[in-house]
Amino acid sequence: MYKAFLIKYAEIAIKGKNRYIFEDALVAQIKYQLRNVEGSFRVVKEMGRIFIYTDGEFDYDETIEALKRVFGIFSICPAVVLEDEGFEKLSQEVTEYVKKLYGEKALTFKVNTRRNKKTYPMQSMEISSALGGAILDACPNMKVDVHNPDVFVNVEIRNKIYLYSENIPGPGGMPLGTNGSAMLLLSGGIDSPVAGYMIAKRGVTLDAVYFHAPPYTSERAKQKVVDLAKLVAKYSGPIRLHVVNFTDIQLYIYDKCPHEELTIIMRRYMMKIAEEFAKKDGCLGLITGESIGQVASQTIHSLAATNDVCTMPVFRPVIGFDKQEIVDVALKINTYETSILPYEDCCTIFVAKHPVTKPNLQIIKRSEEKLQEKIDEMMKEAVETAETIICE
Amino acid sequence: MEAYLDNSATTRCYEEVKNIVVKTMVEDFGNPSAMHLKGVEAENYVKEATKEIAKTLKVQEKEIFFTSGGTESDNWAVIGTALAKNRQGKHIITTPFEHAAVSAPIEWLQKQGYEVTEIPVDEKGNILLEKLSEAIREDTILVSTMMVNNEMGAVLPVEEIGKLVHEKNAQTTFHVDAIQAYGKYRIYPKKWNIDLLSVSSHKIHGPKGVGFLYVNEKTKIQPLILGGGQQKGMRSGTDNVPGIAGLGVAAKKIYSHIEENVSSMMELKKYFAEELLKLENVEINGPEVEKGAPHILNVSFLGVRSEVLLHTLEDMQIYVSAGSACSSHKRAGSATLSALRLTPERKESAIRFSFCEFTTKEEIDYTLEALKKVLPMLRRYARK
Repeated sequence: MYKAFLIKYAEIAIKGKNRYIFEDALVAQIKYQLRNVEGSFRVVKEMGRIFIYTDGEFDYDETIEALKRVFGIFSICPAVVLEDEGFEKLSQEVTEYVKKLYGEKALTFKVNTRRNKKTYPMQSMEISSALGGAILDACPNMKVDVHNPDVFVNVEIRNKIYLYSENIPGPGGMPLGTNGSAMLLLSGGIDSPVAGYMIAKRGVTLDAVYFHAPPYTSERAKQKVVDLAKLVAKYSGPIRLHVVNFTDIQLYIYDKCPHEELTIIMRRYMMKIAEEFAKKDGCLGLITGESIGQVASQTIHSLAATNDVCTMPVFRPVIGFDKQEIVDVALKINTYETSILPYEDCCTIFVAKHPVTKPNLQIIKRSEEKLQEKIDEMMKEAVETAETIICE
Repeated sequence: MEAYLDNSATTRCYEEVKNIVVKTMVEDFGNPSAMHLKGVEAENYVKEATKEIAKTLKVQEKEIFFTSGGTESDNWAVIGTALAKNRQGKHIITTPFEHAAVSAPIEWLQKQGYEVTEIPVDEKGNILLEKLSEAIREDTILVSTMMVNNEMGAVLPVEEIGKLVHEKNAQTTFHVDAIQAYGKYRIYPKKWNIDLLSVSSHKIHGPKGVGFLYVNEKTKIQPLILGGGQQKGMRSGTDNVPGIAGLGVAAKKIYSHIEENVSSMMELKKYFAEELLKLENVEINGPEVEKGAPHILNVSFLGVRSEVLLHTLEDMQIYVSAGSACSSHKRAGSATLSALRLTPERKESAIRFSFCEFTTKEEIDYTLEALKKVLPMLRRYARK
């Protein structure tokens, strides 16, 4: 029944002179997400809005699924496209459409008419009230409410007539590519893919870094992270994933530093290495999946100690989320099932029974002095020998 | 150098197996149920395989039924027996260290109201026969045991068990999961009172996705896969001709030189065990080396987590398994290791080495050298 889609966007609408940048990015992202959908689509900016026209057969469900992954879309309105065959015919089509959509439901409604084709013999107000009357006759349970209706019935009269009423929510946010890029510290867990998704939703493209520790973490653990990056990439577009071999650094810290400080010191070096990659890739920030108090290394003291090494801003979008709230997003974006596969990640392999929960930065720094001899060389090597995988 | 020491997980196909699989895929690819010549040609492969397999067990050809593999054979044996005998009783006897392909369907039956008795085993994996004798009742419909335990290599005296079962209750079906035993031992179901016997092809250098269940002609069993009535209605579905033909060739070949293969595997295993015990903090799990199956050696390297050792060895092209490949999908740990009451330290560090006829002394020496090299390093970086 539907042949076109009207795309409503959220915050872009309030942009000023930059608005076209956001709209163009949105058009580009829509085209990108529709690239593998069965059907042929035309995406155009038109009268301050974005329309998607379809030619011939297309897969409606796949189209909606794809559009739900385009950040910046507030809602998707599937539209019926009619030829102008006189008002009587239009009135008949509109009532049929409303009946089909809402059946016997007791809803309040308002008809909105936009008459772009000024040669149409009736005026907008006239059309709205005539169509409203016809709907009332056809659907006895529905009532008009012009102030706060449950549903709008929109009629746009152009060369053809566009009829839409359904509003399918999109993901919101800002179109990708309008806000630079950031480096995601991706582990195999539940939180970091969610963090990446949330930042990407604000229009930021992603690159990622994963710390691999063979033989303590397996080839499958790495594969799991690649799979997670691919799942996030469904929303964020292609992700460059840097796989860093972290074993030697970890063992060096293990040898030289107090065991209960191992995790904190290790995370400080992870941040440093991530920042190296961020600079190389032109990213302007780091992203982590940390949430205050979740584990010993994420107490506010530990976060402060970790953050101390970074010169770039660190974005922690799930910082105030409870675990269940993070899980809910993970379920929504389909990363949860992969995240819970039981492969150990490098953070847990040497974890002390009682790691420090309130690290003192001065003490940590003194411990790190014991690493001076080799650590810079090791970090350099870790960066240089990293494997880069494009995940899309 | 590469050392593939995970032959209890799966084996490499024999060349001859590969050839017949390819031939039945691209040349003689007919459906054995078809009436035309192409069908007859294909059927001959199935007949030939059946004949060869029946010969290895000294049973009749009509008692061999092909399945999709060991798991299906085991499932069919357990559930098929329960369904066929539900008027006789609802009591099943098994052991605590069966493969999940047997224990999971038994657990399912338990939920449907069947009563299950587990015969305990000792630390070496020996089954306590007097307990078995006590457990068999009039309403016992099934005794299901494995012949060789997949993780420890413990060998169960199925001949004695069979005798005992049928003396106590001639109506009880005796099922043997011989998936790790077939090709390593000569097995005689008729003489040994075995009613059902499960075998998998890929453990004996045959293709994956095929196996068989031996069903004694007098044994009642309900078919589980219904359809076109292939295999006398006992297991419907178009015959997996490439798989079956490959399995036939593998069975014939492995039994043609079983004695020398087994003795050379046993020699290697003994040598390997002796050398390992010269290292510090190494414990052999399960049965005494000579009493266990010739191809399985389970060893604990105390202080080194098995996963870590596995991945270290993998890096040197040495492939082993931690516990059992089939149970490594679950974090819960292996039922076998628990049944044998190993200490947590031994359980966490247990590695299974499993051999086949292609395993060489060079591979063993290479593995020993590798272990000597990596163990001190791995022990140094332990979780505190």
